[in-house]
Amino acid sequence: MTCHSTRNSRPGRKSGIRRLLLMGNPNVGKSVVFSRLTGVQVIASNYPGTTVNFTQGFMKAGEKMAEVIDVPGTYTLEPTSEAEEIALKMLDTGDLVINVVDATNLERNLNLTLQLLERGVPMIVALNMWDDVEHRGIHIDLKRLEARLGVPVMPTVAITGQGIKELVENIPRAASPRFPPISHDERWVTIGHIIDEVQQVTHRHHTWLERLEDASVRPVTGVLIALAVLAGAFLMVRFIGESLITYALDPLFNTLWTPVILNLSSLLGGAGFLHDALIGSLSGGEINYVESLGLLTTGLYVPFAMVLPYIVSFYFMLGLLEDVGYLPRLAILMDTIMHRLGLHGYAIIPTLLGLGCNVPAIMATRILESKRERFIAATVISIAVPCAALQAMVFGLVGQHGGQYVALVYGTLFIVWIGLGFILNRFVRGFSPELLIEIPPYRLPPWRTVLLKLWLRTRGFLREAIPTILAAVLVINILYGLGVFDAIASFTAPVVTGLLGLPKEAVTALVIGFLRKDIAVGMLAPLALTAEQLVVGSVVLAMFFPCMATFAVLLRELGVAGLLKAAGIMITTALAVGGLLNLIL
Amino acid sequence: MPEGKLVTLRQMPSGQSGKVAQIQGGHGLVNRLSALGVRPGKRITKVSAMLMRGPVTIQLGHTRVAVGFGMANRIIVELQESGNDMS
Repeated sequence: MTCHSTRNSRPGRKSGIRRLLLMGNPNVGKSVVFSRLTGVQVIASNYPGTTVNFTQGFMKAGEKMAEVIDVPGTYTLEPTSEAEEIALKMLDTGDLVINVVDATNLERNLNLTLQLLERGVPMIVALNMWDDVEHRGIHIDLKRLEARLGVPVMPTVAITGQGIKELVENIPRAASPRFPPISHDERWVTIGHIIDEVQQVTHRHHTWLERLEDASVRPVTGVLIALAVLAGAFLMVRFIGESLITYALDPLFNTLWTPVILNLSSLLGGAGFLHDALIGSLSGGEINYVESLGLLTTGLYVPFAMVLPYIVSFYFMLGLLEDVGYLPRLAILMDTIMHRLGLHGYAIIPTLLGLGCNVPAIMATRILESKRERFIAATVISIAVPCAALQAMVFGLVGQHGGQYVALVYGTLFIVWIGLGFILNRFVRGFSPELLIEIPPYRLPPWRTVLLKLWLRTRGFLREAIPTILAAVLVINILYGLGVFDAIASFTAPVVTGLLGLPKEAVTALVIGFLRKDIAVGMLAPLALTAEQLVVGSVVLAMFFPCMATFAVLLRELGVAGLLKAAGIMITTALAVGGLLNLIL
Repeated sequence: MPEGKLVTLRQMPSGQSGKVAQIQGGHGLVNRLSALGVRPGKRITKVSAMLMRGPVTIQLGHTRVAVGFGMANRIIVELQESGNDMS
């Protein structure tokens, strides 16, 4: 690199911008800016590390369309985690950087800004969260900042869209002043000078939100708040999910759909392969939506009336906690416990995501720094953290026998979570670094963003789950028809019956569990199991082999060797815990 | 505690302010901390510490950062008079 200031020095720049990169520190609102620029809706939350992979979209730049990349947040260009490594790799591929800067944290954000300027990529700065600056008592001289950086600085409030139009209009003004590379200490000195020149901070009193922020990281009040938040969230998930089922979806199916199915059934003559595939088996002229195993009965009822309500309620509450900014505080409280599991507190975020779906949860383990932590976290999540679909079915089926049995399922999985983490911590080699995170301020989330995120996740579930569930139901029908299940059942009987104490037909559920866990739990319903057997079945299903989608993401994140190790641990623990439960209960 | 005294971040009482004097660690630790704004000369206020070797939460400017227990032992702070911490 040279020390000369050369503007527009990159070859091909004149021919137009082909790829814009949104870069900046974690949790400055890059994903929100991205949504504003491209119209592509992405998940954004109030904690560092929401985006762990790059997302792509397009926007109009001048006459042509340009690609826009939402790059994972990074504090420096010297990466300390996988998400940051991705950011660094992306930097070489773009021909313009929009550096998103948190205006309320100018000093720290400028560290990355200066490093980017040293790279000589044409750049424009979006000074985001501009609405927050005034009431925090911060005054920033935009003109001076622009002069010091040598690139346009545009104030934005991405969440409301304010300033985005001006940002886009000024993209052609992007410049590459190409700062000479300097050492860490020199860079901080330069930043100090810039801050002295452009920023003034005036005193102001703490707001009630800030008092709450302090209280939630103090030992006693913190634990009380955490217990209240988690208990409240759990009750709300149950309440909303239950209400949706009782007052909306069950009546809908029973009054509108049942007559349609009964008519169709008599139209098809009440029997035959097509009848069984579409409607399944009716018991005494009545439809049992869980047990009939038809595409139009079980295939629709399980996803829409049993799982969807809990998906909606779970992601609504999770979204609230994410956007308020509570999760990093929970990470602080959980840090000591998580260290026993070979992880640090921040691993609680992927774990909580796993209670919705294991796939994004395992992706989110990228926010952890070491390979060892990622292996432990991914393995423990895929074994001991049940997804919302499975939980919904456990509530629906095991719950009929009484809440104590549901508690037994959760209690067992919780003990496995702790125990397995403890064991892995002793035996997995490598090192687990300590917690070091920025804690975002509490924010009152705008309803629009909470509901938008809920919709994105619900849509994700519908797209992912409905086809798989229908396919699973079809596969079940075909395998039954071919007698494959009978063959597997007699082959695996020693394990299923001998070890787990389940009827040998329960193996069908284990096989289908590879496709979808929800429909698999549903397959335990027609077996007339005792409550204890249902508990064993649910626990084994939760722990045993992950569903296909989880399997694929484990393969991608851990590699073949890691996946094989994880799968071995899975099968061993599932059988051990299932067998033990069978003995105890 | 008296002003000017050097203590580790772990020893520093909650609510107390001070100036980071030194980070006793390798290049990696110094870089990770400085990326978050924790570096020598920076004024910080300790917000809280979790029990049982839990993390320490500090405030620096408008940023709050949680630092693991072991790291908190390696950050040396020169105590200063507590007050408003908006430096």
